[in-house]
Amino acid sequence: MLNLHLYMLQRLTALIMAPLVIGHIAVMIYAVQGGLTVDEILARTQGSVAWFLFYGSFVVAVSIHGAIGLRVISFEWFGLKGRALQLFSWTVFALLFGLGAKAVYAVTFAGGGL
Amino acid sequence: MADKTQTMTVSIWREDGDDGRFEKYEVPARENQTVLDVVAYVQQHIDPTLSYRFACRVGMCGSCAMMVNGSPRWTCRTHVSKVVADDRLEVAPLRNLPVIKDLATDMDPFFEKWVAAEAVFHPSKTRHDPMAAITPDDPMRIAASEAIECINCAVCYAACDVVESNPDYFGPAALNRSWSLVNDIRDDGQDVRLDAIGSNGGCHNCHSQQGCVQYCPNELNPTLSIAGLKRETTKALFRRSR
Repeated sequence: MLNLHLYMLQRLTALIMAPLVIGHIAVMIYAVQGGLTVDEILARTQGSVAWFLFYGSFVVAVSIHGAIGLRVISFEWFGLKGRALQLFSWTVFALLFGLGAKAVYAVTFAGGGL
Repeated sequence: MADKTQTMTVSIWREDGDDGRFEKYEVPARENQTVLDVVAYVQQHIDPTLSYRFACRVGMCGSCAMMVNGSPRWTCRTHVSKVVADDRLEVAPLRNLPVIKDLATDMDPFFEKWVAAEAVFHPSKTRHDPMAAITPDDPMRIAASEAIECINCAVCYAACDVVESNPDYFGPAALNRSWSLVNDIRDDGQDVRLDAIGSNGGCHNCHSQQGCVQYCPNELNPTLSIAGLKRETTKALFRRSR
């Protein structure tokens, strides 16, 4: 079930995610081909405001985008409605955000600190 | 003249407040006959209790749409020879609508959604005002013209998978009509219309699968109209937040 606001939120988060995904994949391909070791990556990301913003905004966008997408699927395919649908959407958001925030913390804070 | 002894079998959905089932009938296999001719033959010569709906028989009124071999069709303009598959002809009531009896569906939900989608004209002038001057090459007039030939047959509504899975969704016909009114400069209800089509049942639920485009007997493109509505509601969101 989509209204204008959910639709716009999903499109805008997609716009944010698109360049971030490309950046993420480019760095991954470079790193796994012998470009960077784990230590070298962490040395660059830990304590870096830029990488925190990069992955932080990605996690926020993914959590919103994914929660809205799964909300539509759960409504159309499984008939979830009303409060159950609200609860499901917010739970998915919280789960994605929690897992993502944990990863961002590990890569940009832990051991280093801003 | 076709051989009168040649027959074909047609399966027709029968339902009268019960579960419903397909029943088989032997009808003449004529060289030139429409699906509506076959249904009418069954009602007139075999079982007068068969209920179905039709009026004009020339593709103008939009009354006779049914599911034919699983696809929604205007039966008065659908030749049996074009749709028969492996000598099989199966006629059922329109999908996504409640059945009243046999092949007659309750169209109320379909038309109630037209009203909910604000697919109704809001006059801005009285009879004493001069007529609005709209030139044929006006872009809004052209956009309205592309959407305007809808006969309300509900074929698109039956073809739409979003309608099937989302009972709140207004459906292609109502939104297509809304789009023709968005492009009508004489209309004075654009704000309420944009609010309605941006609501939970509105245009943003469309997955652009284009089932409506595939089956519209008048070859309209409701998906394009819905894309236009998405654009206009988005523009309005930014316009209003300024």
